[in-house]
Amino acid sequence: MNSVRLPSENKHDLTDYRKNQIRSIAFLILLTVLLLVSVLLSLRAGSYNTPVSELIKGIFGKSADKKVNLVIRNNRMPRICTAIVAGAGLGLAGCILQAILHNPLASASTLGVSQGATFGAAFAIVTLNLTGGVGISLWSFAGSIAVAVVILGLSRLKQISAEGIVLAGVAISSMLTGATTLIQYFANEIQLANLVFWTFGDLGSTDWNELRNMSVMVLILIVYCTLHRWDYNALLNGEETAVSLGINVQQLTLTNMVLCCLTCSMIVSRVGLINFIGLVAPHIVRMVVGNNHVYLIPGSVLAGATLLLLGDLFARVAIMPIILPIGAITSFLGGPLFLYLLFKGGRQR
Amino acid sequence: MIDVRNISYHYHGGQEVLKNINFTLERGQFLAILGNNGVGKSTLLKCLNRILKAESGAFLLDGENILKMSNHEIAQRIAFVSQNVANTQMTVHDVVMLGRRPYMKWGFTEEDHKIVHDAMHRLNLEPLRGRFLNQLSGGERQKVMLARALAQQPKLLLLDEPTSSLDIHNQYQVLKIVRDICHNDGLTAIVVIHDLNLALRFCDRFLLLRRGEVYAQGDYSVLSPETLKNVYQVDGKILDVEGRKMVFVEE
Repeated sequence: MNSVRLPSENKHDLTDYRKNQIRSIAFLILLTVLLLVSVLLSLRAGSYNTPVSELIKGIFGKSADKKVNLVIRNNRMPRICTAIVAGAGLGLAGCILQAILHNPLASASTLGVSQGATFGAAFAIVTLNLTGGVGISLWSFAGSIAVAVVILGLSRLKQISAEGIVLAGVAISSMLTGATTLIQYFANEIQLANLVFWTFGDLGSTDWNELRNMSVMVLILIVYCTLHRWDYNALLNGEETAVSLGINVQQLTLTNMVLCCLTCSMIVSRVGLINFIGLVAPHIVRMVVGNNHVYLIPGSVLAGATLLLLGDLFARVAIMPIILPIGAITSFLGGPLFLYLLFKGGRQR
Repeated sequence: MIDVRNISYHYHGGQEVLKNINFTLERGQFLAILGNNGVGKSTLLKCLNRILKAESGAFLLDGENILKMSNHEIAQRIAFVSQNVANTQMTVHDVVMLGRRPYMKWGFTEEDHKIVHDAMHRLNLEPLRGRFLNQLSGGERQKVMLARALAQQPKLLLLDEPTSSLDIHNQYQVLKIVRDICHNDGLTAIVVIHDLNLALRFCDRFLLLRRGEVYAQGDYSVLSPETLKNVYQVDGKILDVEGRKMVFVEE
């Protein structure tokens, strides 16, 4: 077979590029529609059954039924907004960590940030005997930040490779899981129940103030990552190539690690341990749009938000009126989904 | 003009890799860096691009000291093609577009798109524009990397073993493209290469390294039985075949 390309092939391949662009944009639109549909379904789900038009009016406090206004504004909307913001943050952080660490398995839970938060919470509940409120959140936040500092210290002082950082994360996760188990061993029944409930994850306990702080952090991450979208593309072509394109790779890695760890720890400390969203969301988007971060970043934000919202919806409606723990649901559904993506990707290669 | 003065480098806690490297190069010339494995050829290339930071010396490109510049400023003057060719799921167009990253502010301009189009046209990559990089052959991927480097509009092009994983057709094609650009457009290029016959065929200048030092530099006449013996520890001779110089290594 010769390698001569006919003019018609040129036209075909030019169309291929356009097709690829259109497919990527169409997928982002599809994710947006899916997110909006999920929001509507989440608004409807629950024991208080109301027509959609009343629900939408209820968002703005304009429903004729005062109870609808109350349920929507104080109960369902904060829950939905928390799921969207937390899912978006976890999805985007996973996408960026995978890019800067050159590792498709990187996420907040792989690096030990989530486990740091759990350890912090366990320490607060069992050792300090805290029962709830801001205290546990602050300690879990401190735990995850401590892990982030250790990982950053290793990467900066010891200058270990990106793969080394992930391995260090695995070691730290293992150590913290062991430490959390030890703390649990000495806990009394009430403390143990409190800790188990915390690790289940709960989207319903966030108030508007907490949600606002979380939203600001996620928004900062989205803006920063969007501005640096071509830097991540350059990194995919190797660190040497990225440096030769004028990118300060060390600074970029450090800044992204700090922002991603801060965002993840803030989310985990508010809503508990939620695995797999950061791992699965970027992989789903990548399968359709490829590795171009121009599409991958907004895609991961939308996919993360949609996945967590759908997970929460499932947790709420599966055995109504009982609300299942979201952390368990995301792990239970996210694990098989990740395995499916893994094997599908393997077959394609 | 390129003027490299007393560049030295050693790895952390290790022995010195490069010792007082000096050489000059005129605009439009194509230089081959030659020498045994581990002699510091790739290290020298990376020092010139400041991927590795040389401990001493100066590197003047048209009178400007590159070693004092930021990564961003260097990227607007020097392009680098690594020997590790990326294999990612990005379209050819997007990878070539990366060459405009050093000039990018908020987004790419119409001019950036035009330059990228020209670079792809030059390497006949338009038919592959919409393909993902990981769907291409090794030779095609190397041409994409070259197009990306050309889209940077550099004064100096650095190539680290660009033909190491290519078949003979693609080896000749890639080096011919670089030589033609050097001769026609005044781009200066430096290539690290192992194949002496390819170097003799396409390059104008030669820099031979031995134990981290410059053993010899100049035109093709620096390659002699004596240098083959001293640099590569092989017995060989330089033959004249139909007007072209060729290295023949004896058993």
